[in-house]
Amino acid sequence: MPSDAVPTPPRTGWLATFRNMPNDSTRKTLIVALALCLVCSILVSTAAVKLQPLQQRNQELDRKKIILEVAGLLKPGVSIDKLFKQVEPKVVDLSTGEYVDTMDPNQFDQRQAAKDPEMGVKIPPDRDIAQIRKRSKYAVVYLVKEEGQTKLILLPVHGYGLWSTMYAYIALKRDANTIFGLRFYEQGETAGLGAEIDNPRWRNNWTGKVVYGEAEKPQIRVIKGTVAPGDPEAKFKIDGLAGATLTANGVTNLIHYWLGPEGFGTYLKKFRPAG
Amino acid sequence: MASEAKKVITDPLFNNNPIAFQILGVCSALAVTSKLETSLMMSLALTAVLVCSNAAISLIRNHIPSSIRIIVQMTIIASLVIIVDQMLKAFAYELSKQLSVFVGLIITNCIVLGRAEAYAMKNSVGLSFLDGLGNGLGYSLILIIVGTIRELFGSGTLLGYTVFPLVTEGGWFYPVGIMLLPPSAFFIIGLFIWWLRSWKTEQVEQTEYRIHVVHRTEVI
Repeated sequence: MPSDAVPTPPRTGWLATFRNMPNDSTRKTLIVALALCLVCSILVSTAAVKLQPLQQRNQELDRKKIILEVAGLLKPGVSIDKLFKQVEPKVVDLSTGEYVDTMDPNQFDQRQAAKDPEMGVKIPPDRDIAQIRKRSKYAVVYLVKEEGQTKLILLPVHGYGLWSTMYAYIALKRDANTIFGLRFYEQGETAGLGAEIDNPRWRNNWTGKVVYGEAEKPQIRVIKGTVAPGDPEAKFKIDGLAGATLTANGVTNLIHYWLGPEGFGTYLKKFRPAG
Repeated sequence: MASEAKKVITDPLFNNNPIAFQILGVCSALAVTSKLETSLMMSLALTAVLVCSNAAISLIRNHIPSSIRIIVQMTIIASLVIIVDQMLKAFAYELSKQLSVFVGLIITNCIVLGRAEAYAMKNSVGLSFLDGLGNGLGYSLILIIVGTIRELFGSGTLLGYTVFPLVTEGGWFYPVGIMLLPPSAFFIIGLFIWWLRSWKTEQVEQTEYRIHVVHRTEVI
């Protein structure tokens, strides 16, 4: 029998051409690189686009949940959207303290606005006690109303701690002076030390304290150690956090900045009786 | 074949643990283990990336030009990490906030690239898949041990539930502050490696050189 050791007929088609190419040829290298990039980019962009609505919804719910929590309105078992109907968001022009009704508070992004040359302002270093460099000209405040009257005013505040920018909402009572609550919702301080600003027990210290004394500048501050009983200034003082002096200073500074004349000072004045 | 598969899965647990023996991926083991919950989520995310990247790289291993080998591996790994990160943001938002940048940093986790280069480039898809799973479990084992110890002694809780009531909340337990800081993970991993090497003495490396006493009498 003649040995018809004819090699199997070469397969044809582009796939075979590809398979027969030496791995290290320039053509194959380019083809592999292009094909890989194409497949990977399709996968990544599909994931990003398909999941975006869910992610945005999560962020929105998260923001609403924090606001409800600060306002003490969060109830387990009741949908967040339903509870949020009690809260009225408003855009405030920080320089005049007036509401801006032409802007939609649900669309306004304060962090984006701070970077925008039109919407943001640079803070001169000598006045930048919260170390944030830039801020938005506008801010979204949240009002909780009861029988047509404002019960709580929720203000977004932020500033630099030891390692990170700390973001919080502070809730003031109707007099725009008594604190109802303070809640940090984004911070990267040391776990167990600075991150205790998020601890519910420490947060409770703020309830009932007073921001302003006679002067226009906020008096409230986080001290070192605990507030002595019978201290006449006790209403302006918050117990310190052991091992977190720099974070605590950051908290004091950001409150002084945002509740001072550069921040919501002008806006809050309207709530106080004249004279 | 079955025994090979079993070996590929179980070896990385103790005999060839990615953290304790290969000493890879230690960075993320320090960063995310202050709580058990984040440790678990990180373990899950890394295992998912490792399994998929090993399988994907093994699938195309015969067609990867060696000149762009590492770039191809990194592209696949990076895409998988982004997909995992996006999924976490969509389905486990709270946890993804706590893990923050560390999910993204799986890209730079040496275990993933290490397994791709050392195993998936040379072995079949099935075995590479199992190797990814095994190494993922080996990594998870360490993370869970470290996370449990750190959360228990650092905050007196496990998965957020109180185990040791803290003094500050009316209990008896004084939390060990250092457990909440990353260096404590170093100590725990170090102790674990010590324990592992006294149990499995074959893991102890040979000393690379010895100091000999040399007698020299001549004047230089």
